[in-house]
Amino acid sequence: MTRQQSHTLAVRAITAVSVLVIVPILLVIGYVVAHGIGTVDWTFLTQPPRDGMRAGGIMPALLGTLVLAAGTAVVTLPAGIGAAIFLAEYAGDNRMTRAVRLAIVNLAGIPSIVYGLFGLGAFVLFLRFGTSIVAGALTLGIMTLPVVISTAEEAIRAVPDQFRTVSLSLGATRWQTIRHHVLPHALPGILTGIILGLGRAAGETAPILFTVAAFYLPELPRSIFDQTMALPYHLYVISTQVPGMPLGMQYGTALVLLLLVLSMTLSATLIRTRMRRRREW
Amino acid sequence: MTATPAESAVPPEPTAPPRAARSSRLLAERVIEAAIALAGVSTVVIVALIFLFLLRESTAAFLDVPLRQLMGTRWYPIEGLFGFLPLIAGSLVVTIGAVVIAVPLGLITAIYLGEIAPPSQREVLKPIIEVLAGIPSIVLGFVGWVALAPLVQQLGATTGLTALTGSLILAYMALPTIISISEDALYAVPKAYRDGALAIGATQWQTIWRVVLPAARSGIVIAVMLGIGRAIGETMAVMMVTGNAANIPALGPGLFLQPVRTMTATIAAEMGEVQRGSLHYSTLFAIGVVLFVITFGINYVAGRLIGASGGPRRRGQL
Repeated sequence: MTRQQSHTLAVRAITAVSVLVIVPILLVIGYVVAHGIGTVDWTFLTQPPRDGMRAGGIMPALLGTLVLAAGTAVVTLPAGIGAAIFLAEYAGDNRMTRAVRLAIVNLAGIPSIVYGLFGLGAFVLFLRFGTSIVAGALTLGIMTLPVVISTAEEAIRAVPDQFRTVSLSLGATRWQTIRHHVLPHALPGILTGIILGLGRAAGETAPILFTVAAFYLPELPRSIFDQTMALPYHLYVISTQVPGMPLGMQYGTALVLLLLVLSMTLSATLIRTRMRRRREW
Repeated sequence: MTATPAESAVPPEPTAPPRAARSSRLLAERVIEAAIALAGVSTVVIVALIFLFLLRESTAAFLDVPLRQLMGTRWYPIEGLFGFLPLIAGSLVVTIGAVVIAVPLGLITAIYLGEIAPPSQREVLKPIIEVLAGIPSIVLGFVGWVALAPLVQQLGATTGLTALTGSLILAYMALPTIISISEDALYAVPKAYRDGALAIGATQWQTIWRVVLPAARSGIVIAVMLGIGRAIGETMAVMMVTGNAANIPALGPGLFLQPVRTMTATIAAEMGEVQRGSLHYSTLFAIGVVLFVITFGINYVAGRLIGASGGPRRRGQL
């Protein structure tokens, strides 16, 4: 075999393997869409479950997931953006900074079920919030921190140093410079990270298992100290815990969850692409 | 550099503000900057708190269950037998299977994206891989349960819910991490290396195989490590498709066609039913400690390697 032949062979093999990676992804999405599309309609989205969840809709679970995502945002935004500003603008090259970076890397690596255990031990039991929206949002919020911090830091660092130099030389203080000249330009990037993080949080099951998720609730939660149903947990429950569940309900729930999370991921990607095109420096 | 609208919108102040106003503003800035530093430090505090709470809730298990029993081969909580070995073995088998599948696939896809694919293809393929990273694990678990498990059963297993089913799902969940970090590692190889190899007559494949891959070695090692970390901590999908049998899988050709139960799945499946404060409850937290230590170790070493090689700057996220 000549060198040229082995090159051609290698490129073909590499291409074939890449197809092997890409095709199943499309198959999974196509599968869920094809089976679920028949179930999902306005009634399915706006009605509570009936007949032991075997009929009706998924409204309480969908609403619960949206509330949890909002709660996650409240927890993760101030701390996440604050930490990103700290790392990008204030942190020097010292032991403290290295500890913060190590912490973020490790937060990103901790398994989601371990966050669930932490939420149970710290928020549900120790702080006595009980199984509640607060406990769930705090757990999800902490889990989302590393995503928000790393994307926001990257966005802040991407703002050219000249912006800072000019602003400082005109007599602005450090914080004024960050507030008026760095953050506005970093905003699209920060937004990307937030949407990505919240999308991931909305799709998570393990962290909410013991902190907030309810198997079934006849009523909607009335305060943030109540439990709520949530879409990912609902999918788990109706596909493994309820015998005689019509498959259509399962596919429909999977489709709604998939669309909700993917639309967030895709819009984050879109914002990032548009931002890269429009960047003027 | 051209002036941006945001900059011209803020004119320099014509006169210095009165001293009182200035000092109160300085005070406000101090407060803001202190809050920012606090946010940074809070990440360290949170990691410490997570570990402390896991330890706090698992103390009883470590004190009251003899170490020999924790290292034992039987996990029967109802009879008070808390041997971690079957669960560790389950996690190990599923993770090894996932790595064996995901590492070659991920690395080769990264080579395709970074070295071979034309830019137009790359712009389509990369978002598809990001989509994979965005699919919730419960949805992948669901598809594995209704669609993949029946296929696996046709391979000759008594049930479709096996270690192999879990490994396949986990492999695809680890792929985005492995692909994105390996691609960064390939990207970090200086263009001069490739030019040099091509100039002395190497084919593109020889260049990739003999020059680019060895140069990107440390980044690829990091990609594999973080992929393992991702696989070992995955919970819901694995719980749905591995059959949840807490036995040490029998070695042999059918190793991957047996039902197993991972550490993560055990916590998720049993925590809902245990009495809070019981020994069983505490033991589940002890499994959490084991998982925390494993993933902390993996990420710590990977983090050090990244620092040492000056390699990939972007972390696990796509």
